[in-house]
Amino acid sequence: MNKQKVYNTIHYVLLIVLALATLLPVLWVVLSSFKPQSELFRVPLTFLPQKWTVQNYVSSLQAGNFPVYFSNTVFVAVVSTFITVMVNLMAGYALAKYIFKGRNLIFTIMIATLMIPLQVIMIPIFLQLKNFGMLNSLWGIIIPPAATPTGVFLARQYLVNLPDSLIEAARIDGAKEYSIFFRIILPMSKPIVATIAIFSFMWRWNDYLWPLIVITDNKKQTIQQALANFVGQLQINWSDLLAMTTIAIIPVIIVFLAFQRFFFSGIAAGSVKG
Amino acid sequence: MKQHTKGNFHQTAAPLLFLLPNILIFGLFIIVPAIQGLRMSFTEWGVFTTPRFIGFANFVELAQDTVFWKTFSNTIVYSLFTVSLIMVYALALALLLYKNTIKGEKIFRSLFYIPSLLSMITVGIAWRFILGDEMGIINYLLRQSGGSGIPWLTDGNLAMVSIIGVSIWAQAGYYMIILIAGLQAIPLELYEAATIDGASTTKTFTAITLPLLRSTLLVVMVLSTIASFKAYELISVMTKGGPGYATKLIVQQVYQVAFLEDRMGYASAMSIVLMLIISIFTLVQFKFTGKEQDYE
Repeated sequence: MNKQKVYNTIHYVLLIVLALATLLPVLWVVLSSFKPQSELFRVPLTFLPQKWTVQNYVSSLQAGNFPVYFSNTVFVAVVSTFITVMVNLMAGYALAKYIFKGRNLIFTIMIATLMIPLQVIMIPIFLQLKNFGMLNSLWGIIIPPAATPTGVFLARQYLVNLPDSLIEAARIDGAKEYSIFFRIILPMSKPIVATIAIFSFMWRWNDYLWPLIVITDNKKQTIQQALANFVGQLQINWSDLLAMTTIAIIPVIIVFLAFQRFFFSGIAAGSVKG
Repeated sequence: MKQHTKGNFHQTAAPLLFLLPNILIFGLFIIVPAIQGLRMSFTEWGVFTTPRFIGFANFVELAQDTVFWKTFSNTIVYSLFTVSLIMVYALALALLLYKNTIKGEKIFRSLFYIPSLLSMITVGIAWRFILGDEMGIINYLLRQSGGSGIPWLTDGNLAMVSIIGVSIWAQAGYYMIILIAGLQAIPLELYEAATIDGASTTKTFTAITLPLLRSTLLVVMVLSTIASFKAYELISVMTKGGPGYATKLIVQQVYQVAFLEDRMGYASAMSIVLMLIISIFTLVQFKFTGKEQDYE
C-alpha cells in the first residue's frame, strides 16, 4: 500500500510540473498585459503586476483599426460556421440516406482531398479568387474553405445511424424531401452540429493563411493578420501587443470552457481539424 | 442496402440538390485549383504577365536552387524532430491521464489541451516575448541565477530548436486527446490477465499497450507529419525564417516566391514537390505501421 502511495505522489508531482510548464507561458503573457508599459521590462521582473492597469487594453482598442479587425473576425467566424454546418450536414445527409449513382465516388473524392493541404494549392486558389472578384472581400475568406471533408465525414457518420423509419414515416405522411431535412433531420443532429460548429469556429477564429491570401486591404483584415503585422514591425509595442493577443485568446477559451465535452469527443471521433 | 429510392423525381433530385453547394465549393476551390496548380508548375506565370508554357524548366531550375534545398532540408529536420518528440511527449501525457482513477484527471486533460486552442500566431507572439534575447523572462531568470542569456531565436541552430520546442508545446495536448481515446479502447481484461501472469509494467507496456495502440499512433504520426509540413504561422511570427535561412521552411519559400517575387509558376513547382514529400511520408508511414491487423 505504501508503495502505491509513493507512485501516486510521483504521478501527481509529474502532472503538476508538466501542467505548470504548459500554462505558465500563457499566464505570463496575460499577466504581463496588465502591467503598465513602464513596468513591462523593468528589473526585477515580477510575476504579478505590481500596479494592475487596463491601459494597454484601452490604448490597443483605440489605436488604429483594432475594433474593425475584431468585428471582421467575428463576422467571418460566425458566418463561416453557419455555412460550414449547413453545407456539410446537407452533403452528409445525401451521402448517408440516399442511394444514387456515384455516391461512393463522391465520398471517396471528398475524403481524398483531405490529403491536399491549403498550403500546397494556395497559389491557384489565389488566382481563382481573383477570377471571381473575391479578393479583398470577407466572402473570399468565408466561402472557399466552407466545404470540409472532415465535416462531411462526421455528418455522414452520425446520420447513417439515424433510423430510416423516421424518414419513411414522414414520406408516407407526404412530407417533402427538404422539409424532412429541416424539420426532422436537423433537430435530431444537434450533437454533430455542435461538434462541427465548434471546430469550424475555432479554426476560423485562429486562421491566418486564408486571410493572408485573400486580404490586402487594411480595413478587411482579421485579428490574426493584425497581430502578425504588429509583430512584424521594427519596434514592437509589446504592451499593446500582449493586450491584443489576450483579446484574441479570450473567445476561444470561452468556447472551450462552454463546450468542453464536444471538443474531446469530436477529436476522438474524427481527429478533426476545421 | 436501404431501399428508399423509388424513382420518385423528388427523391432522385433531392440528394443531388443537398450535395450541390458542397460539390460547387469543393470543385471550384479545391479540385480545380489542384489541377491548375499542376498545370502552372510547367509555366512561367506572373500576376501581370501572360502565362507561358516552359515544360520542365521550373523543375530543372528547382534542382539547382540552393535556397529551396535549404528550406527543403530544414523542413525535413523540423518535421522529423517535431513529429517524433510530439509522439513521445503526447503518449507520456496520455499514459499519465487515461485511467480515470486519479482525482482531477479531467481538469489536467483540459489544462494540457489549452495550448492547442490558441492560434499559432498568438503562440508565436507569446514565445517570442518569453524567449527574447534581452528582455525575455527565460534569459532574465538565467542571468539572475548567475548564467548568461541564450540566443534562443537569433542563433541559427538554437532558433530551430526553439521552433521545434514551441511546436511541441503548442500541439501535444491535441494528440494527447487522440491517444487517450486509443488507450481507453484497449480492453481492460488484457491488463488484468497480464497482472495475473505476473508481467512487469515494462513487459505489459511493450506486449499489450504499444501493439494495441498501433493504429492510434499511426493516426497521430500521419496528422502531425502533415501538420509539420504545413507549418507557416509560427515561424513567420517567431523568426521570419531567420537568422539567414536557418528556420525557413518550404511553405515560407513558396509564399515568398509566389506572392512577393511574383513567380507563380516556379512557386507552383515547389508546391508540387511539397505535395510529393507529404504523400511519400504518409505512404511510408502507412506501409510500416499499418500492415498488421488490430485487435480493436
